[in-house]
Amino acid sequence: MRRFLLIAIPYAWLTVLFLVPFAIVFKISLSDYAVSIPPYVPQFDWAEGIMAFVRELDFENFIFLTEDDLYWKAYLSSLKIAISATFLTLCVGYPIAYGMARAPEEWRPTLMMLIILPFWTSFLIRVYAWMGILSNEGYLNQILLWTGIINEPLTILNTNTAVYIGIVYTYLPFMILPIYSALDRLDGSLIEAAEDLGCSRAQAFWLVTIPLSRPGIIAGCFLVFIPTLGEFVIPSLLGGSGTLMIGKVLWEEFFSNRDWPVASAVAVILLLILVIPIVLFQRNQQKQAEADQ
Amino acid sequence: MNRLSWFNTVSLTLGFAFLYIPMVILIVYSFNESKLVTVWAGFSTKWYGELLGNDAFLSAAWVTLKVAVLSSTFATVLGTMGAYVLVRGGRFMGRTLFSGMIYAPLVMPEVITGLSLLLLFIGIGIERGVMTIVLAHTTFSMCYVSVVVSSRLVTFDRSLEEAALDLGCSPAEAFRLVTLPIIAPAVISGWLLAFTLSLDDLVIASFTSGPSATTLPIKIFSAVRLGVSPEINALSTIMIGIVTVGVISASLISKQALVRQKRDEQAAARAQ
Amino acid sequence: MQSSKFAPWDDPDAKPLIRFRNVTKRFGEFTAIDNLTLDIYEREFFALLGPSGCGKTTMMRMLAGFENPTEGVIELAGQDIAPVPPNKRAVNMMFQSYALFPHLSVWDNIAFGLRRDRMSKQDIEKRVDEMLRLVRLEKFAKRKPHQISGGQRQRVALARSLAKAPKLLLLDEPLGALDKKLRQDTQFELMDIQEKTGTTFVIVTHDQEEAMTVASRVAVMDQGQLMQVSTPDRIYETPNSVYVADFIGDVNIIKGRATPDGEETYRIDWAEGQQPLIAKSSNGFASGQTCHLAIRPEKVTISSERPADAANALQGRVHDIAYLGNLSTYHVELPNGTIIKAQTSNTRRISRRTFTWEDTVWLSWTATAGVLLAD
Repeated sequence: MRRFLLIAIPYAWLTVLFLVPFAIVFKISLSDYAVSIPPYVPQFDWAEGIMAFVRELDFENFIFLTEDDLYWKAYLSSLKIAISATFLTLCVGYPIAYGMARAPEEWRPTLMMLIILPFWTSFLIRVYAWMGILSNEGYLNQILLWTGIINEPLTILNTNTAVYIGIVYTYLPFMILPIYSALDRLDGSLIEAAEDLGCSRAQAFWLVTIPLSRPGIIAGCFLVFIPTLGEFVIPSLLGGSGTLMIGKVLWEEFFSNRDWPVASAVAVILLLILVIPIVLFQRNQQKQAEADQ
Repeated sequence: MNRLSWFNTVSLTLGFAFLYIPMVILIVYSFNESKLVTVWAGFSTKWYGELLGNDAFLSAAWVTLKVAVLSSTFATVLGTMGAYVLVRGGRFMGRTLFSGMIYAPLVMPEVITGLSLLLLFIGIGIERGVMTIVLAHTTFSMCYVSVVVSSRLVTFDRSLEEAALDLGCSPAEAFRLVTLPIIAPAVISGWLLAFTLSLDDLVIASFTSGPSATTLPIKIFSAVRLGVSPEINALSTIMIGIVTVGVISASLISKQALVRQKRDEQAAARAQ
Repeated sequence: MQSSKFAPWDDPDAKPLIRFRNVTKRFGEFTAIDNLTLDIYEREFFALLGPSGCGKTTMMRMLAGFENPTEGVIELAGQDIAPVPPNKRAVNMMFQSYALFPHLSVWDNIAFGLRRDRMSKQDIEKRVDEMLRLVRLEKFAKRKPHQISGGQRQRVALARSLAKAPKLLLLDEPLGALDKKLRQDTQFELMDIQEKTGTTFVIVTHDQEEAMTVASRVAVMDQGQLMQVSTPDRIYETPNSVYVADFIGDVNIIKGRATPDGEETYRIDWAEGQQPLIAKSSNGFASGQTCHLAIRPEKVTISSERPADAANALQGRVHDIAYLGNLSTYHVELPNGTIIKAQTSNTRRISRRTFTWEDTVWLSWTATAGVLLAD
């Protein structure tokens, strides 16, 4: 009986508050738009039975998504931004993780804490901090004008560049930590063996360090890529009107246009897009766990 | 090695500068006299005063705190149960679905989680307010708690529980007297994680809150959409300060415990 | 098996392959190697033997190029190797952990060093296959390191470090991770491979049995210094110090005072009321000088009657018997409490053992059986 309760309580909680809501999203994505509260006409009614549901079933909202190229562009541009931002984060994060792994043993806990500390501070505040730096009269432009590198202030805020900076900044810890833990576990004698067998420092790095830190690189990339794809705060605060990201589109569809069926359809497709990287990520983690044993 | 450590020094310095300079600027300019945040006009703490006089912010902070305490406590209980079921539950119907439901919210875009919960609440006709935010936050943070606690449970030596059972404990007593004290640090860090996630959350709270309940992130978001403001700088500084003190003291406490343990072990080794 | 002719260290004209000349290595305050001079010759199988922390691994890492001496010069084939980085040295190392690259197959691990030399593809293939044959791992070429056994990993590491045909191969505790039976088999395999390839081997080990088995010469080290460098038989039979005698094998050490008694013969007074012992030694001792008589247990004869013609004979009581299967070691307590170990072969079945606990027995040995060592 105790065991039953132990399993049943969290199970029921997640079913009601996680699984059922998804079913609802899926259902509403198949409904028709109506100006009312709630603003949709449910497509499915138990009384009418499943046959009627199937008869009336149309993928109107999904067809709408394919017809209006705003959505296509939003999905594609989200993917593009997420992929490039992930790559940028890797380029910034890897040297930091490498430096940490090579730092003296007694420094490492402090360095770790310094990496984790921003993670505990509000995400919103960290994004907000860049608004003051990147705006036309912002600190960055002030410095650049003062040093004479530029004569005209650069427009960075409300462009995709600002979005990239924001993503790299906020997701950097997610990239650094898995890479650091992979590098930290790397046996130093492997590098010595590579040098002993005729590698230069750079070759040993390329042929041994990089391949052996690959699980960390992959994990870090997924940890940045997956949340970035549906990101809302960064594009809406740092991005401009030209910044198309699907999270922002969904939000506007929902709160501004109040078109719930279309918002739900957008969510369903975003989820389908995310399934692939999530499955790949799980497989990577599993493979690593097996290799560790 | 020398050339390498030169490279390492540079990359670490630049990396940490990148991470910390924005926050330092934020803090410095929160003490700016001027209303124009980008122009320095002398030291002043007047924005902190204005912040304390702003009832909208204060009530939002109060709602946020309430939500965070409640949801992280529920999430810790449910998440610990979930972790125990995952690691020790053995086989039961729908185990795969269960572990899927534990891990899925971790990778779910917040906009989707928020949207789906809102539709649920409307569907069953619950009025949106503090309660619905608590329910929403509990749901996604219990999954984080589960992951943190289960990673501790996996490395936990099962024979300790078996020893307790062997010495006459019931399974519940064994959990309370042996398992719980040992996994307590993981449970506590799970609670802290859930607490910060709740404090931090904008997107899910925006979907699930009603007109009666506005949390601090929602308030901040609507304020900063209009641009940088010195009041928000002051508020950010307070929040950064609290987190910094919290994280540093937590790490000092755990470090001290480690040092004490090491010293005790050395003393014991010498005594032999 | 070691041919008696191979002894370049006795040949004054032989040119050593490696010379350590007054080498000192310090890590901060700690002196790992203390003003050490040593020659190692081509085709030698040279063992550095000592307890952990004695500096043997530092010696090896200086040869490989991972450390440079603080003072002094190391020459390889007459050239100072200090400025040569590890990847440019004709020296390869087999690591204690094997350091096999986990992301590469056995085949690619062995080919790793060859590829760095920009060898042609056919040559690499030929060489790798040759190495795989040498260590009998042809069937495992495609496997990853974690898919083979510990003994096989050891052989891959050996093949990888030999593939580049180095002038000198360094082996850092190469058999430490193997269990005893496998270790013994592998020792002979190592010797075979060393002989086949003609490579100079320097092995670091803390296992004296292993050093004695494989090496042409053994250097016993302690606290950064060489205690004795010699062939295994000489190290065992004529150790030059109490430290070496005690480190290598089992030994009885009897402390006493030497008095010359005829040509190269000394009388040793070692305990009140005990007959003095007689020992021959070419080392000179002054009258009354403190000395240690080191005598191996197998050179001590145990008997129930006093042997008539023994130079040294002592009576005692059997205190303990360690039965090792092929041998038995008797711990015999003398009247003054000293314990002397004597070893005999068990040529008869154990039930017919002549002596048992508490028996009174005689221990005896000849004047040349022991080694007389100064303090």
